[in-house]
Amino acid sequence: MIEGAKWRRWVYFYIPLGGFVFWLLFPFYWMLVTSIRPDRELYRPWMAPNYTPFWTAHPTLVHIMDLLTETLFTRWMLNTLFIAIVSTVISLFCGVFAGYALSRLKFPFAGSLGAGIFITYLVPQTLLFIPLADIIRNFHLGDTPWALILTYPTFLIPFCTWLLMGYFKAIPRELEECARIDGATRWKAMLYIIIPIAVPGIMSAGIFAFTLSWNEFIYALVFLSSAEQKTVSVGVTSELVRGDVFYWGQLMAGALLGSIPVAFIYSFFVEHYVAGLTGSVKG
Amino acid sequence: MARVLIRNLNKMYDDFHAVKDVNLEIRDKEFLVLVGPSGCGKTTTLRMVAGLETITSGQVLIGDTVVNDLAPMDRDIAMVFQNYALYPHMSVYDNMAFGLKMRKVERAEIRKRVQDAADILGIRDYLARKPRQLSGGQRQRVALGRAIVRHPQVFLFDEPLSNLDAKLRVQMRVELKKLHTRLNTTAIYVTHDQVEAMTLGDRVVVMRGGLVQQVGEPLELYNAPVNRFVAGFIGSPAMNFAPVRVSNGKDGLRADNPGFGIDVPAEIRPRLQPYAGRDVIMGIRPEDLQLANGSYPPGLCFDAMVEVVEKLGPEILLDLQVGEQTMVAAVEPNVRAKRGDKLRFALRPERLHFFDTSSEAAI
Amino acid sequence: MAISEAVGQRPFVRAPRRGVATRLLEDERWLAAALLLPTVVLLGLFIAYPFIEGVLLSVTDTKVGIPGHFVALQNFIALWHDSIFGTAVWNTFVYTAVATVFKLALGLWLALLLNRHFRGKAFTRAFILLPFIIPTVLSTFAWKWMFDPTFSVINWSLFQLGLIHGRINWLGDPNLALISVIIVNVWRGVPFFAISLLAGLQTINPELQEAAAIDGARPWQRFWHVTWPLLLPVTMVVVLFSVIQTFADFQLVYVLTGGGPANATQLFATYAYQVGVGTGLLSEGAAISLAMFPFLLIVVVVQLLYIRRVEVH
Repeated sequence: MIEGAKWRRWVYFYIPLGGFVFWLLFPFYWMLVTSIRPDRELYRPWMAPNYTPFWTAHPTLVHIMDLLTETLFTRWMLNTLFIAIVSTVISLFCGVFAGYALSRLKFPFAGSLGAGIFITYLVPQTLLFIPLADIIRNFHLGDTPWALILTYPTFLIPFCTWLLMGYFKAIPRELEECARIDGATRWKAMLYIIIPIAVPGIMSAGIFAFTLSWNEFIYALVFLSSAEQKTVSVGVTSELVRGDVFYWGQLMAGALLGSIPVAFIYSFFVEHYVAGLTGSVKG
Repeated sequence: MARVLIRNLNKMYDDFHAVKDVNLEIRDKEFLVLVGPSGCGKTTTLRMVAGLETITSGQVLIGDTVVNDLAPMDRDIAMVFQNYALYPHMSVYDNMAFGLKMRKVERAEIRKRVQDAADILGIRDYLARKPRQLSGGQRQRVALGRAIVRHPQVFLFDEPLSNLDAKLRVQMRVELKKLHTRLNTTAIYVTHDQVEAMTLGDRVVVMRGGLVQQVGEPLELYNAPVNRFVAGFIGSPAMNFAPVRVSNGKDGLRADNPGFGIDVPAEIRPRLQPYAGRDVIMGIRPEDLQLANGSYPPGLCFDAMVEVVEKLGPEILLDLQVGEQTMVAAVEPNVRAKRGDKLRFALRPERLHFFDTSSEAAI
Repeated sequence: MAISEAVGQRPFVRAPRRGVATRLLEDERWLAAALLLPTVVLLGLFIAYPFIEGVLLSVTDTKVGIPGHFVALQNFIALWHDSIFGTAVWNTFVYTAVATVFKLALGLWLALLLNRHFRGKAFTRAFILLPFIIPTVLSTFAWKWMFDPTFSVINWSLFQLGLIHGRINWLGDPNLALISVIIVNVWRGVPFFAISLLAGLQTINPELQEAAAIDGARPWQRFWHVTWPLLLPVTMVVVLFSVIQTFADFQLVYVLTGGGPANATQLFATYAYQVGVGTGLLSEGAAISLAMFPFLLIVVVVQLLYIRRVEVH
């Protein structure tokens, strides 16, 4: 509570909060403005007298059009979408089952397996990317989306498992016991009773997993080589820079459009996303 | 024949011996109550009958079949849980239909059974609602309904009324009793509340520390407890206990305590005679302590000082100080007494109990 | 009544015969094994196996297309003497430490601000997470554009405010580059800290704060003695995740500077990429990646012990 005079509220609250919001959101505004700014304004040095950074008098869609027609951007978007969706499905499938087993079944080595999965979550991709590239090549998966679809679950599954364990643990044991007395096998009790109740958690995990997949970079960079196979992140980074020249208009348009799917899903499922985030931290 | 036979049942959790050699026969259509304090093994025993806990040693038979290795779903039982365990994502109808769906009963038959059960329990109007829209009492009825539609051989109840408030509990108790008469099915009921045990059970099993203390009809347990624990557990307010020394007096046996002394009634004398010269525990229920009027022999009377007067309405409880001993007497509501009064009390001789000090068994 | 009649007449039915699979899956242990199998296979194949491969790679002299021979610790010894590697190690530690401190401080501040009730709170909270949601590479490009020495809007603003008189080469000046990269990392991480800490704050019983206020504690004291200790468990977990991610960071530096200028922003990950993928020296690249591991392990273990201790209290 900030007691006292109005000025205190402004100094201690509105101004800092406003400052944060501005700082956190300005780059996106910049992305937007740059995408619709014509080239002649774009490449005007900041020292020049008619530098108008915060708006443009002549908005244009040429960068966005060029991006969609002259580059493989749409193909990259489709690739990324495909990879993100399939990886998420695989990870949810594994994560739901693993989370259920670890939180509701008693079996030897349960503790060590749980710890093991947690530990794999802590292994960063930059540690494994070189040997993994080799393995991917050996499996003949190089330069295909499957290289990513099979490797993304390595960081998605531990997260999903951990998150879902929290949700599963909160479901009372008696529900399963009652179902088993009623006539369900353990398997059916899990499928018909426990999993439907955990749907909010599954959604949070799914949304989070989708976002993490969309965001991944180094595996995509190393495992994919031909332009048609690339994901949005890699495509924008490698294909929109020709020679040493950065095509900022298209780059920012690409950055903007590439962010839309994730932002779109996010806007519908904010609560689930936050729940996923905080659930993973509270563990 | 849906009787349940429990033979030499044991349950060990690592080093903890939770259920020790329990032997019980629950007759067909009988309503048997397992009662005892927390941790006495009653719930574990029930769960072993259900198949939710593995059996360390011993056998459970339902009908004539040994069910030790059968999964819960194959034992033809139904269970009502303390927390109702209703599936929150399903409507009341689906909750009740779940077990039948799992057994692949036809839709028409499911509908008929669910509606019949709903009628009996008065929940026909709630069939489309979800559990979170129901009150505690309504949820309990749905849990009962779910069990009824299965037409099981045995009903198992795990403290189903514990989560209800006091008034609702009393009401549901009566309804359960009526329901059992109507359904005419074997039932095993676990509770820690001795009032529930006494009012619901055809027979009651008192358990303590994993062991069966006594099995019998409610009044049997009340009138003739086999040991001190059962005597103190059944009946509210609890029985008064006082250590007394048995000695040979001029007219017979006497039982004396620093605060009082009584003549041992003639009927009890033969049983108590071997204890002459030793200490035993005397027990008398509060309702069997009366204000002395002339009709009681002086040998059965003693003086006590009133510490606290509790007026309940139908009776008055007097907390008494008898020498160094405290006792409770339950007297008629028209008795006038206040704190500090010294009153004379009498014991009804036929209601006296004595227990061995070391074994605690009834003498 | 139909029910009592039905129950009374039916004899106890023998249990139906169940298939082997059904019976097996009824056993907790077999069911657990079946449920965990896909996970274990995937993680084993794509984490455990590469890890071992990585170790094997690092003790050979493999290059792209040329199989290698066993060279024991030669690669690691070479790294020890490699000044660039030394710079990368130093940079990574500085980068991680400074960024984490700022992320924690600013994230906490933001969380405390968001913990009040105000109009548009839900909106604000949703928007604030954007830097964390949007793909890192894409938002980093926006920053790169904002930092461009010739076209920088930041330079323009600072100039207009009279704070600078010449151009600032945010990414090209070796003295400034690391700071610029840290700024972007902090920008990206503050929302994660803020939202997680906010969730932690919301689990703290407000009555505790009120009791402390009645007891006479001032806001700062209330924070230090009541809020902070209760927030510690969540804080430690958030810091743990963040430290690991930041230590192994790649995307930010790759886009902003590629490791330059003059290795001023070279990190473990970027150096490993440069050596392993850029120049094709697979074994040495693998060695650099693996060199991360002991440091990470120490950091993780220390933090886990600290978390365990905090939770016990």
